[in-house]
Amino acid sequence: MKLSKILLSGAAICAATSAGAVDLEVMHWWTSGGEANAVSKLAEAWDATGNTWVDGAIAGGGDTARPIMVSRIIGGDPPAAFQFNHGRQAEELIDAGLLLDLTEVAEANNWKEIINPPSLLDACTIDGKIYCAPVNIHSWQWMWLSSAAYEKAGVPVPANWSEFMETAPKLQEAGITPLAMGGQSWQQNGAFGVMAVALGGVDAWTKVNEGKDAEAVMGPEYTKVFEAYGAAREMAKGLNVQDWNQATSAVIEGTAGAQIMGDWAQGEFALAGKVAGTDYECLPGLGETGVLSTGGDAFYFPVNSDADITAGQKELAALLVSPEVQVSFNSAKGSLPIRGDVDLTTVNECTQKGLDLLKDGKTIPDAASLLSPDTTTQLNDLLTEFWNTPAMTPAEVQQQYADIIASAD
Amino acid sequence: MTTTDIGPNTGPRETVRRPSRFLRNLSPKIAMLPLIFTACVVFLGGTLWTVLYSFTKSGLLPRLSWVGLDQYERLWSSRKWIVSIENLALYGICSLIGTLVIGFTLAALLDRKIRGEAVFRSIFLYPFALSFIVTGLVWQWILNPELGLQNVVREWGWTSFTFDPLNNPEIVMFGLLIAGLWQGTGLIMCIMLAGLRGIDEDIWKAARVDGIGTVKTYIRVIIPMMRPVFVTSLVLIAAGIVKLYDLVVAQTSGGPGISSEVPAKYVMTAMFGGQNLGQGFAASSMMLLMVVIILIPWAYLEFGGKKHG
Repeated sequence: MKLSKILLSGAAICAATSAGAVDLEVMHWWTSGGEANAVSKLAEAWDATGNTWVDGAIAGGGDTARPIMVSRIIGGDPPAAFQFNHGRQAEELIDAGLLLDLTEVAEANNWKEIINPPSLLDACTIDGKIYCAPVNIHSWQWMWLSSAAYEKAGVPVPANWSEFMETAPKLQEAGITPLAMGGQSWQQNGAFGVMAVALGGVDAWTKVNEGKDAEAVMGPEYTKVFEAYGAAREMAKGLNVQDWNQATSAVIEGTAGAQIMGDWAQGEFALAGKVAGTDYECLPGLGETGVLSTGGDAFYFPVNSDADITAGQKELAALLVSPEVQVSFNSAKGSLPIRGDVDLTTVNECTQKGLDLLKDGKTIPDAASLLSPDTTTQLNDLLTEFWNTPAMTPAEVQQQYADIIASAD
Repeated sequence: MTTTDIGPNTGPRETVRRPSRFLRNLSPKIAMLPLIFTACVVFLGGTLWTVLYSFTKSGLLPRLSWVGLDQYERLWSSRKWIVSIENLALYGICSLIGTLVIGFTLAALLDRKIRGEAVFRSIFLYPFALSFIVTGLVWQWILNPELGLQNVVREWGWTSFTFDPLNNPEIVMFGLLIAGLWQGTGLIMCIMLAGLRGIDEDIWKAARVDGIGTVKTYIRVIIPMMRPVFVTSLVLIAAGIVKLYDLVVAQTSGGPGISSEVPAKYVMTAMFGGQNLGQGFAASSMMLLMVVIILIPWAYLEFGGKKHG
């Protein structure tokens, strides 16, 4: 009798744990060296809870991965969790009731209090319900400058955009391309966004991106931005690269002076063994307007009929926001944590500047959470056309930009 | 006489047995059912569904909220779409002529009973075994000014040599064309060669007796005799032109700027990048319309004409 009781209880324990332990397939597009390392931190943390992380990485970036994820969700074979940039990309999936409501998890773990800035959680919230777990903050608002390039040209490293423009001819004389810009349209649109915030000011930027105010596009602040953007186009001639990291490596090698690119570029500097403050300098908001846009990545969880998986999804959502995972993941990825109450293990000069801006609340939402992907695509097309068509004037592109904003939803 | 006898005899017999016409050859018809089903549901049904939803404002998911012709208005006012159409026309015309001319010339040269024909045939056909993605990447590297052709020629001593089509919006389509021709001519060459081998040896003897030159024989006698082979080649090339997508993605991703965009890529970007299915459907409906406009008169001439003749 005793033995059978032990066996029975043993079986019960086994049953209980096996019911709790689930295999969750997680889809994401983090495939570069640093990114894959960061994902492994998430996987380790999840496996440590006795569950299994089934990695579903898709190479080729978000534009390649998102359609695959969406087609799997619509096709009725959803992964347990998937990465999107928080913002409006998942809006319609939520409207169609395809994604799991995480409000319960958020309330149990007090997300409203701990997630900083609050705009991150707002981007996950639709009709008062929370649908995603933000995992990191990435900001576009950076310019990276090569100390070696400026040393070669014999000028001090600029501290803001106007100094950059003043010193640019010196760099060109020294055979250095002042501005490194990759050929893909999102990079050109992203750089424009950074310049709009830095040179046009937060107010004008907010009017355009949040208020969809076409008149603000035609206003004096944005006129200044378009002219600066036209001037930047001239500064970028002479370097033909496609990917953002190729442009970054031109800055690392000192063949280009600077690059306007999000904070993920810092991973490339770190990988090349460069030190912030000596080998390269960083200017948040181009040294003009010190704010950070708070874009980033979030995990969404498709609705699943299997109760075990649903429970697992909620457990994973809570885990992703937990302090330990936030520290290990963001330290590996070079992004900023989504909660203000944790300290990263490796903080350099540039990351510290970013953290200070976050602490001071000098943040703006990411353009991706204000503009629909459709509008973003149109702006990508317009700005890349301008960037590659020398005959197109800033006034023309300004007018067309206003037209797109006027018809934006 | 015998052939004309069969005609009138079968005619009346068929009219008598008309009710059983559908039941004749029943087993092949049953075997055809899956294909008929696929054609109706997948091709026809899918097409109608796409056209229907092109009049809606479907975003990430298809939704039946009508917006009339808005998607088409936006499509035709989009600079990128116009550029795509122009590019496709340019690529299409050049690729059609280029493939036929090069394919036929190669086939004719091989047909002159040269030594090592099989070796050359394999070499020319080999690129066809590669996907467009591989072709695109290979040619991206070959045309890269720092790695490829330009660099090689400069190292030979011609230091002012400049050949950088992929970074020049004016000639980027020709960079794509080179890769497309390199990939596609081998197959056309093989089809042409098969056609040439089908020409009766006596034709050549007759031409020689009449004292007609080789080139003239090809142009005046052989090519008109190879009409079916040309039609097959034409269909294959045309299909390749309309679906041009992966080559562009691999080689230029539509750049520099939007100067090498093509309609199929516009569709993909609108549907999956921009999460705007309606716009993508409108663009793909226009692509279908273009194909139909070209295809129907041609099909009428090719197949409709014969029945009357």
